[in-house]
Amino acid sequence: MKKINIRFKVNGRQADLNIAPNKRLLDVLRDDLGLTGTKEGCDIGECGACTVVLNGRAVHSCLILAAQANGAEIITVEGLTQNGELHPLQKNFLEHGAVQCGFCIPGMLLSSYALLKENPHPREDDIKEAIAGNLCRCTGYKQIIQAVEAAANENNE
Amino acid sequence: MRYFDYIQPENIKQASESAGRDWRKALLYAGGTDLLGLIKNEVESPAALINLKAIPGLNGIEYSEREGLTIGALVKLSQLSAHEVVREKYSVLEQALKETASPQLRNMGTIGGNLCQRPRCWYFRGDFHCLRKGGDICYAVDGENKYHCVIGGGPCFIVHPSDPAVALLTLDAGVTIASAKGTKRVALKDFFVLPEDDIYRENILQPGEIVTHIHVPPVSEKTVSGYIKFRERGAWDFAVVSVAATLRINGDTIIDGKAAFGGVAPKPWQEEKINQKLKGLSVKPGNFESLSAEVLKEAEPLNQNAFKLPLVRNLLKRLLVQLTAS
Ligand SMILES: Cc1cc2nc3c(=O)[nH]c(=O)nc-3n(C[C@H](O)[C@H](O)[C@H](O)COP(=O)(O)OP(=O)(O)OC[C@H]3O[C@@H](n4cnc5c(N)ncnc54)[C@H](O)[C@@H]3O)c2cc1C
Ligand code: SF4
Ligand code: FES
Ligand code: FES
Repeated sequence: MKKINIRFKVNGRQADLNIAPNKRLLDVLRDDLGLTGTKEGCDIGECGACTVVLNGRAVHSCLILAAQANGAEIITVEGLTQNGELHPLQKNFLEHGAVQCGFCIPGMLLSSYALLKENPHPREDDIKEAIAGNLCRCTGYKQIIQAVEAAANENNE
Repeated sequence: MRYFDYIQPENIKQASESAGRDWRKALLYAGGTDLLGLIKNEVESPAALINLKAIPGLNGIEYSEREGLTIGALVKLSQLSAHEVVREKYSVLEQALKETASPQLRNMGTIGGNLCQRPRCWYFRGDFHCLRKGGDICYAVDGENKYHCVIGGGPCFIVHPSDPAVALLTLDAGVTIASAKGTKRVALKDFFVLPEDDIYRENILQPGEIVTHIHVPPVSEKTVSGYIKFRERGAWDFAVVSVAATLRINGDTIIDGKAAFGGVAPKPWQEEKINQKLKGLSVKPGNFESLSAEVLKEAEPLNQNAFKLPLVRNLLKRLLVQLTAS
């Protein structure tokens, strides 16, 4: 088996890896880098639990080969917390009761994070659209949308 | 996931040569959003993946008034729908792109990969050795066939899953196909094939052939266009059926126009008769009603999907009313 060298930045830190080419980004994040905040759900692009931000955009890490991320900048849920402080999105998810079992939340946070980076003043429809690829079996989405709105308002104050 | 080699050619010739003559040997790899799912489900088991990313010239979107749009095959779906010219002049394409899959998938999935994606028939994606996978029977014929085709099928009854392809048909789009031997340009309507022509593939590509560009001719000022997709769930989903139309209008007459249909046939579907009738049609609800009634006249629905016929006809009527309203 021929391994390949890749390097990318995860949460600001450089990672140099020698991996099998059939490893997905999700596998490398969880198994090689120990970043288990990124969840594995359906494995085929349907649930959004594995969402990370790659070069500023939300993507499914289950449908990306790690090799494709060579040279990229990646943000996972571990990278949202800065100096021990929760990100405004995280705080508002907690405050608005947007977290129940929590399985979908890392993905929800990163889809919302990518949205707010691109569009700091999203309308409700923009938020719905941004999280359309993230399934949540518990909350019914309403609290999640409210939490994103509240985080956006805080950012804009 | 099974082991495969990962090849990164630097030009078309290398890519085409690596792809060789056998689909089992090597497959082209763009965003991977379709292919990784197929590999995971063991529908495809290539010995190697050929990543197209390092090949120059496949990433751009260009526009000129003479040539219209030239879209590199590796352009991401989200990148294309955000393009100024697409938003301004090609509404049908913008709308279809925005209704395709989910944001995460549109950020990775490419337009070339979208046109070449494999069907979503659940037997094909699942553990069934059906006709399309080299087996002896089509499980859909006597099975769960609510989402299968109503026209153009036999002996396999898939529907083509692409939304953008339906929009692009109404815009008279074409594709450039390149290989180690050279390049050719083909109209999109001649790109897709029916199961009766090739039961194993959904388009004319041979191993080693690569879609490099998609071409969309310019549209005149008087052109209006739109896309309506019917799906069963609120969030992302493939089309149960969809309708696209591009019309050139003068006063209250449609000078000419094209309609196309998704979710009904093994390829993005067009009917020459309907396009002929759109030509010169005056804008009247009664006319749209009778035209829509003519759509899919030759359909032969399976036992669970006759509901698609009234659905498609109503969507066409609605779209024509919408597009001619102002
Ligand atoms: C959950 C889910 C929902 C989806 N919903 C929709 C939907 O609603 N509407 C819709 O239209 N699509 C939908 N899709 C399909 C999605 O749009 C495609 O997976 C995507 O566009 C494929 O692009 P890619 O670059 O990832 O292709 P890849 O996965 O890299 O490739 C797909 C296929 O095309 C071939 N290929 C890729 N590029 C080329 C090229 N340049 N020349 C020749 N062959 C090539 C590959 O060999 C492979 O067989 C959905 C997909 C998923 C997983
Ligand atoms: S419709 Fe085609 S892909 Fe589906 S089971 Fe029948 S032969 Fe296989
Ligand atoms: S695990 Fe990636 S989308 Fe479900
Ligand atoms: S909180 Fe349980 S899936 Fe969303």
